[in-house]
Amino acid sequence: MRRSLLARFLLARLGWAIPVILAILIVNFLIIHIVPGDPIQALIGDFPAPPGYADQIRHEFGLDQPVLTQLGLYLMNLAKGQLGFSFANRQPVLGLILQRAQFTLILMLPALALAASLGIVMALAAAPRAGSLYDSGLTALSLVGFSLPIFWLGQLLVIMFAIKLHLLPAQGMFSLRTRLTGWPYVLDVLWHLILPMFAVTIYYVAIVARVARASVLDALSQDFVLTAKAKGLSRRRVLWRHVLPNALIPVVTVIGYNFGYSLTGAILVETVFAWPGLGNLFITSIGNRDYPVLQGIFLLTAIAVVIANVATDLVYASLDPRVRSTGLRHA
Amino acid sequence: MHRTWRRFSSYRAGVLAAAYVLLLVLVALATPFLPGPDPRQISNEVMQAPSFAHLLGTDELGRDVLSGILHGVEVSLTVGFAAALAATVIGVVIGATAGYYGGALDLLVMRIAEVFQVVPSFILAAVIVALSGPGLTRVVTVIALLAWPQVARLMRGEVMRIKGLEFVDAVRCLGVREPVILATEVIPNALAPVLAAGTLIVAQAILLEAALSFLGLSSADLVSWGRMLNSGQRFLYNAWWLSVFPGTAIFLTVLAFNLLGDAIGAALNPRAEA
Repeated sequence: MRRSLLARFLLARLGWAIPVILAILIVNFLIIHIVPGDPIQALIGDFPAPPGYADQIRHEFGLDQPVLTQLGLYLMNLAKGQLGFSFANRQPVLGLILQRAQFTLILMLPALALAASLGIVMALAAAPRAGSLYDSGLTALSLVGFSLPIFWLGQLLVIMFAIKLHLLPAQGMFSLRTRLTGWPYVLDVLWHLILPMFAVTIYYVAIVARVARASVLDALSQDFVLTAKAKGLSRRRVLWRHVLPNALIPVVTVIGYNFGYSLTGAILVETVFAWPGLGNLFITSIGNRDYPVLQGIFLLTAIAVVIANVATDLVYASLDPRVRSTGLRHA
Repeated sequence: MHRTWRRFSSYRAGVLAAAYVLLLVLVALATPFLPGPDPRQISNEVMQAPSFAHLLGTDELGRDVLSGILHGVEVSLTVGFAAALAATVIGVVIGATAGYYGGALDLLVMRIAEVFQVVPSFILAAVIVALSGPGLTRVVTVIALLAWPQVARLMRGEVMRIKGLEFVDAVRCLGVREPVILATEVIPNALAPVLAAGTLIVAQAILLEAALSFLGLSSADLVSWGRMLNSGQRFLYNAWWLSVFPGTAIFLTVLAFNLLGDAIGAALNPRAEA
């Protein structure tokens, strides 16, 4: 029974996701046609391509055919995994992006985990003292986090900790002077990870703390908390055993739904730290006018965001039985 | 009105933010008459640290940073206000129509809005600007296209609530036609939360424009804060002032609009007592 409900829920969410992904593909198709001049430029980019390649692309995408036929051909090409070829990188776009996405995830996932735990702990500490100086401090902090240009935050961290204090490396993902392997290599990467990860974390803690504070406040006002207190449980036990599990659900969803936001943050931070992930690929592709790569990054990140949304809904549904019955987003 | 103002002014941060925004507007209006050197003017005094001659230092071409920041106000505010205004108008019209008439139109509009809310908007904006070429009008258009769903959703909800209220029925009994009821009775009563959302969009738009310029997606001859941070990035090692000051300008301005939006939202919501 329980399993079939969850399966129905999954089906409902996929019914939401598939049209959205289709719409994203169409948006990407439309982008090709906004380039001033020939759409062929959007499909190849400005990097010198071999002669004859333009004609081949023109034929593959049916650029001399009616727009609807073009859309059909475009979708078919995408279905075959053909996102084009990057002449600047001498590599197919799909492989290139997937390869760089790993590095972005190395930066993003620890930052997310750190931000989530920090945000929750801060909220647990602040919410029971609603209105106190500490609590307003937390609210102010999340406002500051929302207003900080993340790339500037990155620059400030570099100036402070790498250049003035010489504590941490300013650029890159590993030391260039030595060839390390095994554990020393991992430690070296971690060493380079600290500053950019910190930048993404600060940015993200703002969102988590705000939502976590609200949900802790909400949980605190529930009857079961009163019951727990009346039983004579210690404050700490009430907070950790009764408030936290209930307050976690909205936090999980806010992290999942903001996957795109944190991805964007990571991409901007990468450009400051020369971290070799998607952000770096993005900015070099802007410089090279390597349009297929730019579009590929948009396409794959957008699809990743949709998948993250569906995954979040599933986690949410398995945590909160009330959601499954409706099959709706945001119960 | 009076009570709304009293509620607003009880938010000290909001009042402070409003004063700061007003100051920025004055600076933007006075841009052609600002004292000090032209921010595009190249000089021999390159990479000077902050001093009495150049309060916030100079960049690699000897251009005055303070002057650049003051002239940059115009770009940031223009983009912020224009994009927010456009997004708000589009969002109000679409959201109100969808909410009032409902049905298939509502379904379609909300689906489209949902797609725009799901896609990583900054990446989409950057791709569009990279492909279509830089230019303030393009940047404003792109931001407005990405931001209208926020307003539309809010507006739709308000309109759906208001259209069921008694006074709307009363007007309908007077024989007023539906589109007129929507335009003269429903929309004006639904605008309050939209005003707050619009102010928050100004903040987002300024941040987004700065990020685009930071990636080099603005015309090189345009004096903008993000552009200054873009060149600051190359000189982090020897000229901290090229990053610290323009970034502070972005941060304070975005913060001010965020505070202002929150204060407006709280002041217009009669249920929230400050």
